[in-house]
Amino acid sequence: MAETTTVPQTSQNTARRVKFVITRQDTPETKPYTEEFDLPYRPGMNVISALMEIQRNPVNANGGSTAPVCWESNCLEEVCGACSMVINGKPRQACSALVDQLEQPIRVAPMATFPVVRDLVIDRSRMFNALKKVKAWIPIDGTYDLGPGPRMPEKKRQWAYELSKCMTCGVCLEACPNVNDKTDFIGPAALSQVRLFNAHPTGEMNADDRLDTLMEGSDGIEGCGNSQNCVRACPKGIPLTTSIAELNKQTTKRMFKRWFAQ
Amino acid sequence: MKGYYARKVHSLLGVIPLSLFLIEHAITNYAAFDGGQEGFRKAVHTLNDLPLVFFLELFAIWLPLLFHGVYGLYIAYQAQPNLGHFKTERNWRFILQRVSGVIAFVFIVWHVYSTRFQITLGNTTHDELGGFMHNIVTQPGFFVFFLVGVIATTFHFANGVWAFLVSWGITVGPRAQRISSYACLGLFVIVTALFMLSLFAFRGEEFADTASAITTLKTMIG
Repeated sequence: MAETTTVPQTSQNTARRVKFVITRQDTPETKPYTEEFDLPYRPGMNVISALMEIQRNPVNANGGSTAPVCWESNCLEEVCGACSMVINGKPRQACSALVDQLEQPIRVAPMATFPVVRDLVIDRSRMFNALKKVKAWIPIDGTYDLGPGPRMPEKKRQWAYELSKCMTCGVCLEACPNVNDKTDFIGPAALSQVRLFNAHPTGEMNADDRLDTLMEGSDGIEGCGNSQNCVRACPKGIPLTTSIAELNKQTTKRMFKRWFAQ
Repeated sequence: MKGYYARKVHSLLGVIPLSLFLIEHAITNYAAFDGGQEGFRKAVHTLNDLPLVFFLELFAIWLPLLFHGVYGLYIAYQAQPNLGHFKTERNWRFILQRVSGVIAFVFIVWHVYSTRFQITLGNTTHDELGGFMHNIVTQPGFFVFFLVGVIATTFHFANGVWAFLVSWGITVGPRAQRISSYACLGLFVIVTALFMLSLFAFRGEEFADTASAITTLKTMIG
């Protein structure tokens, strides 16, 4: 990438510095605290490259040596969902958070809706458990060859593809005022996946099972309070609120069907 | 009853019967502005001449109000506001829906106690209600409480209708939800205007005539 080839000499960039205030936490049980860092500026740097700089030279703004900040990241191109964190108050991907576009000091904190493992590393297990719960897959295995499935109309495929961009990053759950310790709400991401798999011609065969899980217990679709922060926060631009409203329609129909057809 | 069905009942009761009753209430009150003392008395009489009026009140107002109010407090408690980081119109409405709901709950409990329950106690009658209201709303403190309570209630009603349309999967896409927002804004303006006109009408000298008004107020306060 261009930025790696244009790294200036260390002596030249003493003029510009970048200030970071990072919320840290040593273990899942200990209390969080903030630590300030003063880093040399490099053109095109993002929050991840800043964290890498701290890793190379773990010294805080007071000049004291400290443990390097822990974080998670993989793809560095906003498709894997691993580097979600709260940057200047907004949950987003750290890899696409360019320092040039951020107000300083840059405040970085873990998405505390999830259990914090250490520093910026969070445990997103609840999202994957939610996908299992709603059966966010298409069952194609049988004891014999089931043959080819029905074709998907191209028009449907186009909007369904948008839903399939979900990377389970957890930003929508962090943005949602109804995902917290006081509720069991499963969150927008898993709901949108129900819409995706219910739209698929083969997945549709299990549509009712998925809808039923959204209507049982206390973690289902009723947890949505229409703040619509999720659709604003989603880094992939997934129409989450349209998915939720569409599922509201599907579950409502399912409810009446269950009442009157049994 | 928990989860999906409780929330669905909560949502349904908000529109049928509570929103319908609120509109009816606004129209009845408007008679105070439109027809004065006599018009209001007639409107109240028409309403109380409905067959099985006690059961209508019980099943179309009191019980739905109780469930919607109490379950609504629980919904409000569950939210963790984050307006600081998401200053969007929808997030404002999310918060205001919960805040206005709590204000409306307190206001309505007081309002039912100070009017309908006083009739049950025999401190006033349907015929004297106009004068009774005059004595409440001519006191600046109660008048402000009324203004705040009414606006909170009508906002909660209009925004609640918008949310109902989403929650029942009637308005699905962003365009439908935007257009229904404007429609609900119109609903808010109309119903609020009807209540405001009646509140200011109750302050008029015409309603001061009712003879027993002052004594009934004394019994209410004392």
